[in-house]
Amino acid sequence: MSEPAEPLVLNYNVVKDDYTRAGEASGDVKKKLRMAGVDSAVIRKVAICMYEGEINMVIHAEGGRIRVEIFPDRIRMILMDKGPGIKDVSKAMQAGWSTASEEARNLGFGAGMGLPNMKKNSDTMDIDTVLGQGTTVTMTVNC
Amino acid sequence: MTIKDVMDITGAKVLTGEENLNREVLNAFGSDLMSDVLAYAKDCSILLTGLANAQAIRTADMLDIGCVIFVRGKMPDEQMLALARDKDMVVLQTGNFMFTTCGLLYKAGITGASV
Repeated sequence: MSEPAEPLVLNYNVVKDDYTRAGEASGDVKKKLRMAGVDSAVIRKVAICMYEGEINMVIHAEGGRIRVEIFPDRIRMILMDKGPGIKDVSKAMQAGWSTASEEARNLGFGAGMGLPNMKKNSDTMDIDTVLGQGTTVTMTVNC
Repeated sequence: MTIKDVMDITGAKVLTGEENLNREVLNAFGSDLMSDVLAYAKDCSILLTGLANAQAIRTADMLDIGCVIFVRGKMPDEQMLALARDKDMVVLQTGNFMFTTCGLLYKAGITGASV
């Protein structure tokens, strides 16, 4: 048995209410995955998952950090925010259910499609949330 | 059909990406809701939208959509156009409404994303 390969790791800071730069980290990950020769269908799924997650960190939370780990057989995204947490995760997973602000809607988001989109495009998704502290969403997309 | 043909059909003008107007166009997606674009606009060559902010460009980039048409006369600012140039994207603009622009393209043979 060979040792599991060390992943290539990318780290990003996401800033609260920075609506113009929201999505910049996702764009950078997409570019790096393409340079690494990752399959375009995989890149597409990673891009959708991470972009929706990044937007959530900007519109719902106080920003936070994103860590992306690139393994030969999968991409893992860990999105950690400081923020209010998610009161009812099962409701938040329902398409169309949203607590987003008018400002989020003006961005073209906030229609309650984010988490369902992330679930649909990832192979695994875990939400670890603590009310009043923040939320960590971990997603993997298999290569 | 090329992006140049799309401009002729919809009466759109080019805001950036003049060098790429010969790109092939097969199908299109129209929406102001970016989450729906991310969910449904698979393998599209054009995004039609009335959402004039950076997220329209970023959303198109996530899906490798190489051309964005702003409808209803919406005008992207210089920062958005710089982002589009950075992503090697063509940006068009038309005063026509969404329905009209989509209808003109559909009549000319451009189809939508598959459901």
